Amino acid sequence: MSTTLWIIIAGAIATYLTRIGGHLVISRFENIHPRVEAGLNAVPAAVLTTLVAPAALSAGPAEWAALIVTALASLRGGLMAMFLAGTAVLILARQFVG
Amino acid sequence: MAVEAISEGSAKSDFWDGVRLSMPVVVASAPFALLFGAIAVDNGFSVLEAFLMSALVFGGASQMVGIELFGQHVAPWLIVLSIFAVNFRHVLYSAGLGRRISHWPVIQQALGYFIMTDPQYAVAEARAASGKTVGFVWYLGLGLPVYVFWVIESALGAVFGKLIPDTHALGIDFLLPIYFLGLVLGFRTRPLWLPVVMASAVASIIAYKTVGSPWHVSIGAVAGMLLAVVLPPHHSGVGERP
Repeated sequence: MSTTLWIIIAGAIATYLTRIGGHLVISRFENIHPRVEAGLNAVPAAVLTTLVAPAALSAGPAEWAALIVTALASLRGGLMAMFLAGTAVLILARQFVG
Repeated sequence: MAVEAISEGSAKSDFWDGVRLSMPVVVASAPFALLFGAIAVDNGFSVLEAFLMSALVFGGASQMVGIELFGQHVAPWLIVLSIFAVNFRHVLYSAGLGRRISHWPVIQQALGYFIMTDPQYAVAEARAASGKTVGFVWYLGLGLPVYVFWVIESALGAVFGKLIPDTHALGIDFLLPIYFLGLVLGFRTRPLWLPVVMASAVASIIAYKTVGSPWHVSIGAVAGMLLAVVLPPHHSGVGERP
């Protein structure tokens, strides 16, 4: 088998381990301590923020405008409305500021 | 009969409920799947290999990093380690999701974890937070379209890679941050939301500037989690939440 195929298979196994790993470890505990549960509840906001913040910081005016409009849209609409509003502003703004 | 018909009907509507929620994810990830396929072929993968990587790894950012390193002829073990590092955040998701799907049969759980991505986890968690059950059929409706489109579009990207027009003007390099911001804001009613977001933002930016990518993801995430853990429980509202 080629090296490329081995890389793909090993990468797939490594990825699957991350996907079941947290569950396999946590499920060994009978009761979840309130502090652990508070930590787990914080996971979505904590992780997703790390996918936005550095990208926003190294972006430009067009991207900032898009993120601001996305945030404003969140006050009224759902996820799809937010996404479409942000994307529309991004495409529009890039026509002017590149 | 009647009961079966009703439960079949509700399973069907659960499935389509999930499919409806998957659409923004399908739209947002399409450019990345096409881009991945194009870059993969450009870096020496065959179309079949690009297809296989998408079908087996199913993790956009890690596939991009893997392909990038492959093109630079980095040692195979380091490529695999980098894929592992980029995907390490799934360990946290998996611990969280486990609390929602532990009532599923083991095989369904095994499949559920396989198709668990950032949005898959976030949307499932949002459903659980609103007091609804995270059922297998609904979860499959949410995840299956994303998986199928991801794999097909990766192959298409590999075949037609050079035909993608001006990607910058279409904004496709910044669609995922917009989508992820939408998800973050969706969690804003949670206890400790603002402090957690602030801690993760600051820590991930510092880590991005010092340690570098992809470690800023894990470091920033752990910072936000630790803050929620160390703050007194009455702030985190754990006892009050249903």
